[in-house]
Amino acid sequence: MTKSAEQNAQTTPMLDRRDERVKHAEGIGGSIRAFLDRVRSGDLGSLPVVVGLAIIWTVFQSLNPVFLAPNNLVNLLFDCSTVGVIALGVVCILIVGEIDLSVGSVSGFASALLGVMWVNQGWPVAVAILAALVFGALIGALYAVLFNRFGMPSFVATLAGLLSVLGLQLYLLGSTGSINLPYGSPLVEFGQLLVMPASVSYVLAALPGIVMFVLGFRTATRRRAAGLSAQPMSSLLLRSVVITVVLEFIAYYLNLDRGIPWMFGLFVGLVVAMNYALTRTKWGRQMLAVGGNREAARRAGINVRFIYTTAFMLCSGLAAAGGILSASRLASASQQAGTGDVNLNAIAAAVIGGTSLFGGRGSAYSALLGIIVIQSIASGLTLLDLSSSLRYMITGAVLAIAVIVDSLARRSRASHGRA
Amino acid sequence: MDRNQEQSDTREPVLSLRGISKNFGAVSALTNIDLDVHAGEVVALVGDNGAGKSTLVKTLAGVHQPTSGTIIFRGKPVTLTDPSAALRLGIATVFQDLALCENLDVVANIFLGRELSPYRLDEVSMELKAWTLLNELSARIPSVREPVASLSGGQRQTVAIARSLLLEPKLILLDEPTAALGVAQTAEVLDLIERVRERGLGVIMISHNMEDVRAVADRIVVLRLGRNNGVFDPDASNEELVSAITGAANNSVSRRAHRRQAQSGQAPAPEGRQ
Repeated sequence: MTKSAEQNAQTTPMLDRRDERVKHAEGIGGSIRAFLDRVRSGDLGSLPVVVGLAIIWTVFQSLNPVFLAPNNLVNLLFDCSTVGVIALGVVCILIVGEIDLSVGSVSGFASALLGVMWVNQGWPVAVAILAALVFGALIGALYAVLFNRFGMPSFVATLAGLLSVLGLQLYLLGSTGSINLPYGSPLVEFGQLLVMPASVSYVLAALPGIVMFVLGFRTATRRRAAGLSAQPMSSLLLRSVVITVVLEFIAYYLNLDRGIPWMFGLFVGLVVAMNYALTRTKWGRQMLAVGGNREAARRAGINVRFIYTTAFMLCSGLAAAGGILSASRLASASQQAGTGDVNLNAIAAAVIGGTSLFGGRGSAYSALLGIIVIQSIASGLTLLDLSSSLRYMITGAVLAIAVIVDSLARRSRASHGRA
Repeated sequence: MDRNQEQSDTREPVLSLRGISKNFGAVSALTNIDLDVHAGEVVALVGDNGAGKSTLVKTLAGVHQPTSGTIIFRGKPVTLTDPSAALRLGIATVFQDLALCENLDVVANIFLGRELSPYRLDEVSMELKAWTLLNELSARIPSVREPVASLSGGQRQTVAIARSLLLEPKLILLDEPTAALGVAQTAEVLDLIERVRERGLGVIMISHNMEDVRAVADRIVVLRLGRNNGVFDPDASNEELVSAITGAANNSVSRRAHRRQAQSGQAPAPEGRQ
């Protein structure tokens, strides 16, 4: 009985394996070979950033052994979360092939708004946060109107926004120039001190592997039932185990010091939610379609203007969220908030992480990976007592390298027939 | 398709146009066009540049609205206010510049704008349906999980046609489906059109290539300067077709044919067909 079923399976191959011209990866060795093929054709994914991170960490660790100490890494995670949330918004806008240059200003404006409403006006902190988020999203809605109705390039609209919103921020803060947020308040504690209990961090670190295995198993079962090829159980199990081991080790290492900041947990939670929205919902599919070929998306009946509007609003809304987080991290809303390198760091993080500047390609995880690279450089240079002048130059150079890699990979993909 | 159905379909066309005119300001792009398309029939729309072929197809796709005249679709007069109205009725259009997203895979392209379960995309069902559609067309697509950028021109045309079939249309409009394709790929697309016809759909196909038109069309409708200028069988002679398209019995093509005939005493048609 089973033998005949096997023979049957061999004579009528699975629905997506009938074409003998196509090579299919078999087993773990096959997966590795397929990965190498992809990289060779320019479909790099997150490989450059992982390699870059390894180089950066090796260099800084050899220059200063404190760099990879748990204490420094915990601080690194605190710092990552603020600009990382902004970078997550930048990923959204880059995916549709547009850009928002005003994310720094919007984050500074949100922190000023928070300070004025919470500290000066005495509003409840939750209301102040909500108001700052709403105003941030409204700025994005304004860009969307300028872009959709008046055909204003996003580059110009947001450049104008950069200056106007900075002006708003300065106006709000008035002559005092900065507002101190009260120490000991939950928001400041969240930004500076709160870390997960060790037990919680171990449970959370185990979660991705478990979820990955369960979902992968269910998908594989459904695909087999439908007569489609599915990922072999062995490679699924292997990947889940590797991920769990890596994450548990990270949790253990960070727990040697204070532990994993809740703020970083929030950031990762947002990244995971965004990743789901981009890859598993109709909205996400349409975002990628608009970024890949706007006219094709329009003809397919996608409401292109709506997609652009959501992208702009998410970008500036998340920028405002990042501004609130950095205000809580610094326990102040000042005129300097959101100025300087915040803007470029956020955009650089998204691009370094592997989101294309040309639209249509990107992932929420690029914000996470990219910001870790950027903050590692910043932290390493600070430990070496180098001034911000050098830090700017080095970060700028890393951004330039990331864009060159993106550009070359794009060309290579085009010649290898991959989008 | 069985013969009975074919006969009943022959009596009532899927689509008939009566007196369609379209003016752009002072220019009349279409004047009094009549056209019938039956189920399981490929109608080729030929004509010189500016004859109004594309305008007619855009009118049927709902992109343009006719200035006057009636469109009767499956026995009922209809107005096509916009492209989605045409789609809802069951008129699908494959545009010349395919309109695929190269960064997305085949499944995503076929289901673009019509994804299943919007908050938790049902990838398995979509992939299954994509394979079903492609297999019905006997399409040669190596993998539906590769981005469209990796496909050849003929394969992209296949994906575009498969996508137009997703909503189970009754009529499909193809704007220059074989332009910019190589010999083998053109043959593949022509096979595909025949398979669409076998599914009982009406097909309107615009083409400049007489060879392709003769190969698949059941009837050839000639437009000239926005007017009907004759309906031909696919075995009509090249001379007849060309004179209908150019509007003169004495044109450069016929003069050449007559010269050849006088020399060799042969019929002009085979020469025209090469």
